[in-house]
Amino acid sequence: MKAVIAENLIKTYNKGSVKALDGLSLDVEEGTVLGVLGPNGAGKTTVVRILATLLSPDSGSATVAGIDVLKNPEEVRKVIGLSGQYAAVDETLTGWDNLIMFGRLYHLSAIDAKRRAVELLEQFSLTDSAKRPIRTYSGGMRRRLDLAASLIIRPKVLFLDEPTTGLDPRGRQDMWGVIDELVKSGVTLLLTTQYLEEADHLADEIAVIDHGKVIARGTSDSLKRQVGGERLEIVVESENLAAVKEIVARVSGSAINVDEGLRQISAPVTTGSKALIEAAKLLDEQGIHPLDIGLKRPSLDDVFLSLTGHVAEDKKEEEVLVGRGRGKGK
Amino acid sequence: MMNAISDALIITKRQLLQLARVPEVLIFSTIQPIMFVLLFRYVFGGSIDTGQPGGYVQLLMPGIFVQTVAFTLAATAVGLAADMQKGLIDRFRSLPISRAAVVFGRTLGDGVLNIVVLAAMGITGFVVGWRPSSGPIMITLGFLFLFLFGFAMSWVGVLIGLAVKDERVAQNATFIAVFPLTFLSNAFAPTTGMPKPLQYVAEWNPVSTMVAGCRQLFGLQNEFGATAGSFPSDNPLLMSLIYMVIIMAIFIPLSIRKYSNAANK
Ligand SMILES: Nc1ncnc2c1ncn2[C@@H]1O[C@H](COP(=O)(O)OP(=O)(O)O)[C@@H](O)[C@H]1O
Ligand SMILES: [Mg+2]
Repeated sequence: MKAVIAENLIKTYNKGSVKALDGLSLDVEEGTVLGVLGPNGAGKTTVVRILATLLSPDSGSATVAGIDVLKNPEEVRKVIGLSGQYAAVDETLTGWDNLIMFGRLYHLSAIDAKRRAVELLEQFSLTDSAKRPIRTYSGGMRRRLDLAASLIIRPKVLFLDEPTTGLDPRGRQDMWGVIDELVKSGVTLLLTTQYLEEADHLADEIAVIDHGKVIARGTSDSLKRQVGGERLEIVVESENLAAVKEIVARVSGSAINVDEGLRQISAPVTTGSKALIEAAKLLDEQGIHPLDIGLKRPSLDDVFLSLTGHVAEDKKEEEVLVGRGRGKGK
Repeated sequence: MMNAISDALIITKRQLLQLARVPEVLIFSTIQPIMFVLLFRYVFGGSIDTGQPGGYVQLLMPGIFVQTVAFTLAATAVGLAADMQKGLIDRFRSLPISRAAVVFGRTLGDGVLNIVVLAAMGITGFVVGWRPSSGPIMITLGFLFLFLFGFAMSWVGVLIGLAVKDERVAQNATFIAVFPLTFLSNAFAPTTGMPKPLQYVAEWNPVSTMVAGCRQLFGLQNEFGATAGSFPSDNPLLMSLIYMVIIMAIFIPLSIRKYSNAANK
């Protein structure tokens, strides 16, 4: 069964001059993780906000857990959890205060709200900081508390909008761990990200979006295959480049790429590790010791580049986001 | 419906909890009006002849009460704009709660804050010579009027806060709106000294009718410049009530609608 279905969503801003979503369709199988991967401005937040009932599309339709998002938003809100791009918890209150408040707003009894807060604080390693104002939390702790708040009612469908943007590598690792655990518990998750490795790591399936449209979808492996199969890559000392090119030609036969700057020779291969072993044997026979040799599968970076014609620019965006801090009120 | 009320009270409780966590906010929002009482009492008090037994402070207190509760508009706008800016409103809107709960909770919370501030000002006033003479029932009624006016103004603030979505813009915009409103009135000085067109504005200004109404309820005869003969100066209490009803009838539904579509643009 599909836990999320979005069909042909269109959303424009500023009287039609900005097309945030341009006929976007996607679906998420129950109990799986869909990674919505796209650069800044691709429309990720917009689609999450529509699915979470915060925003109405100009046209198109969507269901979450079988409930129509546009016709029946109140029912949808009872089964979803949302953790936005900017951690939305009350900063002057403590972590405990926040969880109790949100628990009560989900109509848990006072006792249940407390019980759930204790559980969640434990689950997200925040027990020790429970009585401190969120203001004093690190970025990663803030995100974890935000995530905890979205899990109070054990939602059927969870939306995470760029859960690790702006976190340091350590915070990102922690967050991945937390999300991995959640996924094991069987929640259906729609997660957006600008980070290729994040989608690779967390998602069962990936929908690549750009300019408000899904431009490719599939598992990380199938997307990579779409771009091309494996490549044999050998790095050698400059004086051996010509000889090695000969060897690679015997193993692969076609489209050999020589990068003199990197001293690297690469070519597509169809026989996988066999080609690798053969190349290694030939190198050895001629007494050439490669600095590096291996089979490379295309990265999601390659996928993105070949699909969109531009790189994902995640490094650049990260700096922009950090620089702007948390003040992106939309 | 019951859920809507209990949801709103949770939001109100959140605001009170904030005050408990950062008591400085409450301290400073109380000190400021107290300081105003003292400044006006001792700076202008000597030079304005009121012809009123007990002097300027009798007339001043209702004026400064009304000014203070009028600024609830700013407090509400700033609070909601901050919630908007930080994405909290988004989270609230993704919860299965009534569309009215968050904004109702906020206006109630700001109302509670008003009670604390009015009490502190009243006590300060008493210390520096304010002696309302109308008896406990009328005095209570006076404070009830003030509370209601603050509540009505708070709903205007809801709409502004949700519309501007930025704490600092909300702060500046509302101060620019409320300051002239409170000074173009009979709150601190007689309107008779103003140019004619301004006198007219001042007479119909809800702040003036509120001030005049409260002066009545606190037992003063002289309404301080409200020239007899016009409807608002002859019926300040009625006129104030009408204003409050109109403000709430317009701004409560508009605010709730704004909240429901808070981020559709
Ligand atoms: N409130 C808004 N007003 C005008 N344009 C907007 C608004 N929100 C988003 N957009 C535009 O819509 C596009 C998609 O935005 P968004 O969904 O936030 O992208 P992402 O989350 O992938 O970065 C961008 O071009 C963005 O500038
Ligand atoms: Mg976004």
